[in-house]
Amino acid sequence: MSFKHKHILGIEQLAKEDIQLILDTADSFKEINRRDIKKVPTLRGKTIINAFFEASTRTRLSFEIAGKRLSADTVNISGSTSSVVKGETLEDTARNIEAMAPDIIVIRHGHSGAPHYLAERVGCSIVNAGDGAHEHPSQALLDLLTMREHKGHIEGLEVAIVGDITHSRVARSDIYALSKMGARVRVCGPGTMLPPGIERLGNVEVFTNMREAIKDADVVMMLRIQLERQSNIMLPSLREYARFYGLNPTNVKLAKPDAIVMHPGPMNRGVEISSVVADGVQNVILDQVENGVAIRMALLYLVSGVESMQTAV
Amino acid sequence: MAKADTAILDKAGVDRAITRIAHEILEHNKGCSNLALVGIRTGGDHLARLLHARIKEIEGVAVPLGAVDITMYRDDLAARGNLPIGKTDIPFPLDGKDIVLVDDVLYTGRTIRSAMDALMDFGRPSTIQLAVLIDRGHRELPIRADYVGRNVPTAREEQIEVVFNQEQSPVAVQLVKP
Repeated sequence: MSFKHKHILGIEQLAKEDIQLILDTADSFKEINRRDIKKVPTLRGKTIINAFFEASTRTRLSFEIAGKRLSADTVNISGSTSSVVKGETLEDTARNIEAMAPDIIVIRHGHSGAPHYLAERVGCSIVNAGDGAHEHPSQALLDLLTMREHKGHIEGLEVAIVGDITHSRVARSDIYALSKMGARVRVCGPGTMLPPGIERLGNVEVFTNMREAIKDADVVMMLRIQLERQSNIMLPSLREYARFYGLNPTNVKLAKPDAIVMHPGPMNRGVEISSVVADGVQNVILDQVENGVAIRMALLYLVSGVESMQTAV
Repeated sequence: MAKADTAILDKAGVDRAITRIAHEILEHNKGCSNLALVGIRTGGDHLARLLHARIKEIEGVAVPLGAVDITMYRDDLAARGNLPIGKTDIPFPLDGKDIVLVDDVLYTGRTIRSAMDALMDFGRPSTIQLAVLIDRGHRELPIRADYVGRNVPTAREEQIEVVFNQEQSPVAVQLVKP
């Protein structure tokens, strides 16, 4: 089957077959990252703008490396150093970027829906690198690739996601992606961090007790307590949070013996995850980062193909 | 589907061609001490495996065998869109080796150009030679095969179909007229 999506706005818009194709494509691209010469000419002559209006190390670097390894020209702009600080609107910024004829804009924005807003207003492809508390599709896809590599399949997996579900775009994208691929998701956090109705997003069960949530899970995914998104006002204290919702060497044993531990990063060691677990044998956190580059190469390649076809017609 | 098929090679014909090509490769390279085979996906990789087995029968040596997927090196992304990307697997160092690229059908030469670019990204082979089962002409680039199973003059509208069985061995080659 061929890929039909010009934009990657969220997992919600993707079908199971699309996700499958993205994972398979990423799997083929992975090998490039282990070569001596880590570059192929696939996207030669394409311009990719990474517009990050919100702080990011991993995702921005990952998209930039992905673009460069495919021979695209990648240019980064960040919120703090762009005209946004002079009061330019998002639409004006985007139109000005578009006037310089990029092929893909990768955007991270603090407002949910910012990539969708742009996709309706500019001609090039838009790839969502995280919008507010809405979606973070490339993160969910790299999570799936990592699970598939370690577990051999995604269907039927029991995946526990623990943390601030309310503010987590990673949780939303993972819920959509895992539900579409036939896994079961258990979300867990203090009541203040569980949005009402989250179970309607997919194949989701809600827990407030972490021990119950991670019991016999195949995957335990810990989310970061997002201090910059006021997670702290929902908690009595970080110490209390760590005690009830932190993953440590004792409660990790409740999960299946071969369970994997994931974290989208950046980690707050000693809060949601103890260092012993974060560096333990079950952790696949750096595999997630490695797979991130391959997933982003796949996304850039696949949307470029759609875009080029439309221009050629 | 096809309106008229003309058989070019049957299974025995393919086997004989592969045996002859194996002998020619060994003769030209004076043995197989520095030899490695790389098949072009998909089709060429299966032939490379057969060639590999035949060389082993003749010389008793298993030469290094790899496969290359050239989708990432195509020059027609704009026209063809995103074709599925297969796996490239070259589990040996290419530097200084005599590489025989293997493909099923040689046509415009563009696939071979892509495959050579891909190989160069893995190292610096001493030589790259080309073995194909069928050469159907119509080259668009200055590329020729060193070892050819069968030369088949064709019209551009015609197609060459290599039929593989479930074990991925070629069992027939036919000319499909439009």
